[in-house]
Amino acid sequence: MNKTVNQKAWFLVLPVLVLVAFSAVIPLMTVVNYSVQDTFGNNEFFWAGLEWFKEMLESDRMWNALGRQAVFSAVILAIEIPLGIFVALNMPKSGFWASVCLVLMSLPLLIPWNVVGTIWQIFGRVDIGLLGYTLDGMGISYNYTQDPLAAWLTIVVMDVWHWTSLVALLAYAGLKSIPDAYYQAAKIDQASRWKVFRYIELPKMMGVLMIAILLRFMDSFMIYTEPFVVTGGGPGNATTMLSIDLVKMALGQFDLGPAAAFSIMYFLVILLISWVFYTVMTNLDKRDGA
Amino acid sequence: MAKITLDNLAHSYLPNPKSEDDFALKEMNHDWQDGAAYALLGSSGCGKSTLLNIISGLLRPSQGRILFDGRDVTDAPTAERNIAQVFQFPVVYDTMTVRDNLAFPLRNRGRDESYVAERVQEIGRMIGMEHMLDRKARGLTADAKQKISLGRGMVRKDVNALLFDEPLTVIDPHMKWELRTQLKKLHADFGHTMIYVTHDQTEALTFADKVVVMYDGRVVQIGTPDELFEVPEHTFVGYFIGSPGMNVIPARVEGTTASIEGTELKLSRGYDALSGKVEIGIRPEFLHLSQSEGMPVTVRRVEDVGRHKIIRAELFGHDINIIADEDEHISADMNRVTFDAAQLNVYVNDWRVAGEAA
Repeated sequence: MNKTVNQKAWFLVLPVLVLVAFSAVIPLMTVVNYSVQDTFGNNEFFWAGLEWFKEMLESDRMWNALGRQAVFSAVILAIEIPLGIFVALNMPKSGFWASVCLVLMSLPLLIPWNVVGTIWQIFGRVDIGLLGYTLDGMGISYNYTQDPLAAWLTIVVMDVWHWTSLVALLAYAGLKSIPDAYYQAAKIDQASRWKVFRYIELPKMMGVLMIAILLRFMDSFMIYTEPFVVTGGGPGNATTMLSIDLVKMALGQFDLGPAAAFSIMYFLVILLISWVFYTVMTNLDKRDGA
Repeated sequence: MAKITLDNLAHSYLPNPKSEDDFALKEMNHDWQDGAAYALLGSSGCGKSTLLNIISGLLRPSQGRILFDGRDVTDAPTAERNIAQVFQFPVVYDTMTVRDNLAFPLRNRGRDESYVAERVQEIGRMIGMEHMLDRKARGLTADAKQKISLGRGMVRKDVNALLFDEPLTVIDPHMKWELRTQLKKLHADFGHTMIYVTHDQTEALTFADKVVVMYDGRVVQIGTPDELFEVPEHTFVGYFIGSPGMNVIPARVEGTTASIEGTELKLSRGYDALSGKVEIGIRPEFLHLSQSEGMPVTVRRVEDVGRHKIIRAELFGHDINIIADEDEHISADMNRVTFDAAQLNVYVNDWRVAGEAA
């Protein structure tokens, strides 16, 4: 077949280009612009080169926030992925109770972030919150506004409560796609429950699990609202995650230059890790398709 | 290896079956001999997979018992029955190598590694995959995967029976022949009791010593391929086996005469007065077109299928098929048909009536 050559066809791409330019490219470039300049007010800018990047890379503040962020993401992945799989394995496969489970599991996912934060903020209060009051009554010292450990526990448990369903639902979808014959063959081969999981369920779930891990990683790495509502980043800086720190710097202190450099590095880190995930996932697909 | 006995067996997928219609598998009593190759043949939804799953223990029958060599295994779980099953879609453990796949059933039963290694090597050779034992099972072709599941079934020497649930559905036609031949050979070499579910008559007839024809949840006939061809016990058997199937024509039968719409036909056997839906069945192979003798027919068209000719015709408003030899000349004035009386069967309510020798 002969291909028709018509350069006017480029115009068809134009709407998308315009849209992406306004929604992503231009805002990003504004940030890039701030990151390489300095200002003393009056809307006058001076070229600063890589000064801000150097400053940020040398500042403990950013490294600490990054460290906290990495620990937070690692902890919630380590809890939510196994827990989600466990929940999915124990959900009924069909019938009335399967629907009930699905609806109940979807509920936390439908609640807006700041509402979730508010719920847990009140829930954990020692004076009026059910959880805080009960723990206090049992003689356990729990106060998320003063104790860093309590603050961490609160936001981790909150995130697990909010997002484990997502992992569970994805894993459940993966499990449902396994034909019965696999389980029957396993019975005939006298495979133990663990081996069924290890050699049938886990390999078949791998694809959706990678998506679950990627989604949970990105979301948790960019978390802002919930810890902001519950702890405001405190006590001290104990729960100041990257984005909370960034907002403090950009809008609280109005340090546009450092904040812009910070943003760009933050963006690059997420991009890098997502790229790694994407590569691993496509390789998995390729192995399946071969 | 074992003799399999179905005792009063019936199954319904409903919790409280009321009428016979609620049963996917109607009550049946059969003995299946040790070491024979059986094919379960029937159209989709006739209950053949249900029966197979009951035998393998994946399903508990709602009524009756199942015995292996006289031992009641109705409540025994699949693993205890010691059977092997190959499914319609190849089931392999993707993340394992071919070798580990074959070793899996043995290792799960705690056999020692030297025995496992020896057995796996042997089976690998048997299914012709010796050279790729160390490959990952992921990414193999469907027929290679199906060979692995077959091998996993054969790896245990002491299996009571090997069950096949339409195992060649996803296999390319040219590979089907090869695999089927291999199966036959394995059966001849090792003498396992084999049960092979299929809806393909060629597959059933070439594979099995005995074909079990199922229809609407019932076993309608168990017989050798010859028996099924010559004396179908049920009109379904006549219709389902053969290409084209048996002609079934409504008729009145009295003594040794049958009459179709008033035209009489001499039978080779005598029958008592029959009541119900009476039909005569005759295979297209035993009908002959003629210029002068027999009943009047209208020939609609002649199909030449290479080996022979199939004549589609109409006999008193009923569609019938006639098979003529490839070199037989069919002329326009051949508008009569004769019956090979010895090959004609009489059916009442779809079941064959034997009659007495006249």
